[in-house]
Amino acid sequence: MSNFIFQALNGLSSAMFLWLVAAGLTVAFGVCGILNVAHGSLYMMGAYFAFTSFQILGLNFWLSLVFALIGAGIIGFLMERFFLRRIYDQPIEFQLILTFAFILVFDNLTKMIWGTMLIIPTMPSLFQGTIPIVGRPFPIYNLFIIFAGIAVALIIWVILNKTWWGMKLRAAASQREMANAIGINIPMLFTAAFVFAALLAAIGGALSTPIRVCDSGVGGAVIIQAFVVTVIGGLGSLKGAFVGALIIGVIGALCTLYVPFIELFVLYLIMAVVLIIRPQGLFGGER
Amino acid sequence: MTGLKDTLALSIKRHRSQLCWLGAFIIFLFILPLFSGDYILYMVMRMAILCLLSYSVNLLLGNTGLLSFGQAGFYACGAYACGKVLLAGTSLLPGIIIGVAVAAIVAIILAFFCVRHTAIYFAMITLAFGMMIFSLAEKWVKFTGGDDGLIGIPRASLNFFYIFNIKMNTIPAYYYFVIVATLIAIYFIYRILHSPLGLIFQGIRDSETRVSFVGISVRKSRLICFTIAGIYAGLGGALFAPLEQTITPSTSHWITSTDPIIATLLGGMYSFSGPIVGSVVYFLLKDIIVRLTMNWMLILGTIIIILVLAFRGGVMGAFHAYISPRLK
Repeated sequence: MSNFIFQALNGLSSAMFLWLVAAGLTVAFGVCGILNVAHGSLYMMGAYFAFTSFQILGLNFWLSLVFALIGAGIIGFLMERFFLRRIYDQPIEFQLILTFAFILVFDNLTKMIWGTMLIIPTMPSLFQGTIPIVGRPFPIYNLFIIFAGIAVALIIWVILNKTWWGMKLRAAASQREMANAIGINIPMLFTAAFVFAALLAAIGGALSTPIRVCDSGVGGAVIIQAFVVTVIGGLGSLKGAFVGALIIGVIGALCTLYVPFIELFVLYLIMAVVLIIRPQGLFGGER
Repeated sequence: MTGLKDTLALSIKRHRSQLCWLGAFIIFLFILPLFSGDYILYMVMRMAILCLLSYSVNLLLGNTGLLSFGQAGFYACGAYACGKVLLAGTSLLPGIIIGVAVAAIVAIILAFFCVRHTAIYFAMITLAFGMMIFSLAEKWVKFTGGDDGLIGIPRASLNFFYIFNIKMNTIPAYYYFVIVATLIAIYFIYRILHSPLGLIFQGIRDSETRVSFVGISVRKSRLICFTIAGIYAGLGGALFAPLEQTITPSTSHWITSTDPIIATLLGGMYSFSGPIVGSVVYFLLKDIIVRLTMNWMLILGTIIIILVLAFRGGVMGAFHAYISPRLK
């Protein structure tokens, strides 16, 4: 039983990374209507930026987080302004292919800048150590991740539901023309929404650096998991993304413990079954 | 009988210049081994296999308007099945046929679940099934060899009931086999796309509602389309296994599914010869760029971005729009 609880907690902390990536994917999809295959690459850029500022520039943990956010925000801004904006009204196939091309570009850029070696960053001294949970040492950092993920979820909820900007976002997401007609600057708002999505991915990436490796192939791996999560929760639903991330994170961790050989298979099976039975996902509205 | 003869004569007359080009191209393919080394033949075989895979993708994308991220799954089914059969020590033909058959069966089963979806949901469910096949290939070590894959697949000789027995162990011999198989496959897909069924596929791409209003079952047509696409990917995989003699799980990864998508986009998804041109251009580009610079992916990514934003018709689209009118 203690195995079970311990592994579920581990799953919870990896669920938070999934949630941060899936949240950004969902915001970009819900507002701009674009399924950004390169969203995992924004996560990866966040990780590399955080690593650079923490390990190479020697900034502290919080400052390197800010550094990563600024870097990814700029990349998101450039992506939306110069590329994605042109294909909003195109068939979804072209959006998928275009954003896939960005995975190739980002993977190669990181190889050029940071080299092909695996980078294993160190843990900031602030979070070193463990605390005992069910009689086992549980890393403090993983606990921090769980709280950080929940905090981000609360912040997103407050922004979307309690601020004027969030209200405009929701308006644009549900009725684009109408929102435009009452004077909301839609192109501007889309750029902002996409940058917001990029920031969420970058938080995930930056927080992942102390416990995961930085690798130029991370973007492609992360986005697939995020797809699984968002499909299960329902494309375009933030609540769905959160619940989907919890389900996938915890089930994934438990599968690793009990049936390690079919872990991946189970995750994709869940995704396929949800798509067959309930294509709009657990929390999605009408298709 | 005369009717058929007349239509044939008419169509030959109408497409005379294209037929000349086609004839020249086929003759070129057949005399290529006389003056080129094994490396070029290997590249052409890879192009031919990518071309089959691209037709598989484009049957769905260009003709029915569905983007599949899971074609590598069927490709791997064909490759693994063919590899297993050849490892058991049969001749080449049973391996290829069983490879194609396995891919077809898997495609038919999955088609029932996939064809209900369109757009994003289709892309997602094909991704899920493709990755399920990938995880099987990676983890079902007993059958697939796990991460190492199937090793030492023989390039078995092609024999047919003691009527003929052709050794396939040299590259040129296998080259002829691949080229003939690919040409036959392309001929078939040409006939399919220029039949009433092909028109239905295009109709579905352009307007699903209208097609169903004419009284055609969209679902059934998509089912057929998906299955044919699976068969083509399976054939590509079955030809790939004896060529490489090793198959690893990465053949079924979704990243592999993007190669034919890119090739199709390069060549042009709205013209019949797009996948052929695209596969050739893709490998030529790759070969040239890799020699010049390490940053192959950066350049490829940039090319795709430019294609999607500006030249959606690909090479063939640009050809039809700019070059072809001036030739007349």
